[in-house]
Amino acid sequence: MRKLWWVYVLLSIGLIAMLFPFFWMVLSAFKSNADVYVYPPKWFPSQWNFDNFKRVFEMVPFALYFFNSLLVTVLVTYGQLFISVLAAFALSRLKFPFKNAVFMLIVSTMLMPFVVTMIPVFLIVSAFRWIDTYQGLVIPSLFSGFSIIFLRQFFISIPQDLQDAAMIDGCGFFRILFQVILPNAKPAIATITLFNFLGEWRNYLWPLIVTNSTKMRTLPVGLRYLMTEGGGEYHLMMAASLMAILPVLIVYLFSEKQFIKSVAFTGLKS
Amino acid sequence: MKVRFRGERYYLREIGVAWLCLAPALGLAVVFVFIPLVEVCYLSFTNWDLLRATKSWVGWKNYEYIFKDQKFIQSIWNTLYFAGVKIPLDLVLSLFIAVLLDKRIRGLRFYRASYFAPVVIPVVAASLIWVWLFDPGLGPLNQILGLFGISPSRWLHDPASAMFSIVLFSLWKGLGYDIVIFLAGLQGIPPTYSEAASIDGAGSWNIFFKITLPLLSPVIFFVILMGIINSFKIFTEISVMTPKGGPLYSTGVIVFYIYQQAFENYRIGRAAAASIVLFFLILAITMVQRKLGRKFVDYE
Repeated sequence: MRKLWWVYVLLSIGLIAMLFPFFWMVLSAFKSNADVYVYPPKWFPSQWNFDNFKRVFEMVPFALYFFNSLLVTVLVTYGQLFISVLAAFALSRLKFPFKNAVFMLIVSTMLMPFVVTMIPVFLIVSAFRWIDTYQGLVIPSLFSGFSIIFLRQFFISIPQDLQDAAMIDGCGFFRILFQVILPNAKPAIATITLFNFLGEWRNYLWPLIVTNSTKMRTLPVGLRYLMTEGGGEYHLMMAASLMAILPVLIVYLFSEKQFIKSVAFTGLKS
Repeated sequence: MKVRFRGERYYLREIGVAWLCLAPALGLAVVFVFIPLVEVCYLSFTNWDLLRATKSWVGWKNYEYIFKDQKFIQSIWNTLYFAGVKIPLDLVLSLFIAVLLDKRIRGLRFYRASYFAPVVIPVVAASLIWVWLFDPGLGPLNQILGLFGISPSRWLHDPASAMFSIVLFSLWKGLGYDIVIFLAGLQGIPPTYSEAASIDGAGSWNIFFKITLPLLSPVIFFVILMGIINSFKIFTEISVMTPKGGPLYSTGVIVFYIYQQAFENYRIGRAAAASIVLFFLILAITMVQRKLGRKFVDYE
């Protein structure tokens, strides 16, 4: 065995630095006012109390924020997946005029980040009278050039023979998509679903712009206003953050392998 | 039924199915990407003000205004500072940690999962934690530094350190992502290369710089490209940790400037002009990187 003790020492120092903010958040969510406003800072709560969580629910409609985030995230993730799968299928498996032009058009959308077009998107959405509605939160996020191209690259790698064999057996195009292509594209579908879910769950800029009323806010926007409107009490913010982070963290603990695989997968593909 | 078009044969049914499949995506792309892109160009030449409801053609006036606006110039510098400090630090740290993790250690999964954990949590929630960590008096960061005899910083409250604080946050938040990508890249390199080199008497430094690094160059290139593009889009952590753009606008980045002009000052024209500048900046970087990529990246 080679001596690797220094590797463990270095990795553990890094590990402590990475996990310290989580540790601080969890401890602080249980602190009382008196534990927070002292100098030097106290690390552990003098008494574990659950009042902070209760107060967050009293100050803002936290459960509603949570529901809004969940609804919008699910609709965007699966809506976008459905639309992208169809488009990717046409671009990888079907023969039609102007295919290349359509492909280039979709590739070109990846050069136009949302931050550039957000003002007109906002104006268009307000022309539709979708400001402060679920339609407004969901529909503009349903198109993703990246998802389409990513899925297309994967679909193309599925052997043509499978498709031809199914065609000879009399399969229509949609049966080919659902019974030949999709079952063979599970890793790509899982990756895209995971990324979209995470991306939408944390999405901040668009919900910030498109919502006005408290009842339409998603979790990230609600958390942000809790800081500015809620008096910025640190321990309350930690309780709220903990509640926002916990579901994601639990999902992560159970499917950590899939997360890592997905990141490595897209990183090396692109 | 078959049709001929420009010398190619197509099935009419297949064409129909294809366009049916593409219709939702293309429709959305037209309404929410292409029309907005044209519209943002047009708006940048108008003086549209949501409060006064004026809207007339003003030529290049908005561009003249923003390039004379101290805040806009500063927002470009702040963005460049962010990218210029964050990306090299991120690259060195994540590559270093990935190399350590690649040394066939015990508990790889545990270490990797922990380094990756900050990536999965929402940016806003993470920013709220760090606002407290950074607090000069009530936060633990100065307290810990004090143990090592390092004098306290005012972090987000000092124009000299505010942007660096954001960089620190964003390193913590994103490091795990790049570590995982580098680790996958490293694991993709066949061990035979370094074994052969070490038989020939190459030391581990030589193996790293002469074999591993060149073979990893496509991955490094990808990480830098994504790093730069994401730096130009940074907004969330800025908006949460410094809602006013920091002391003396020291953390005001380009997207933050656009957001303020459009949704706080209601100056749509000026915000649109700044968006166009941002668009060309990102486009230029992508083009330059593509050229450099062909030149420097070693694809075996």
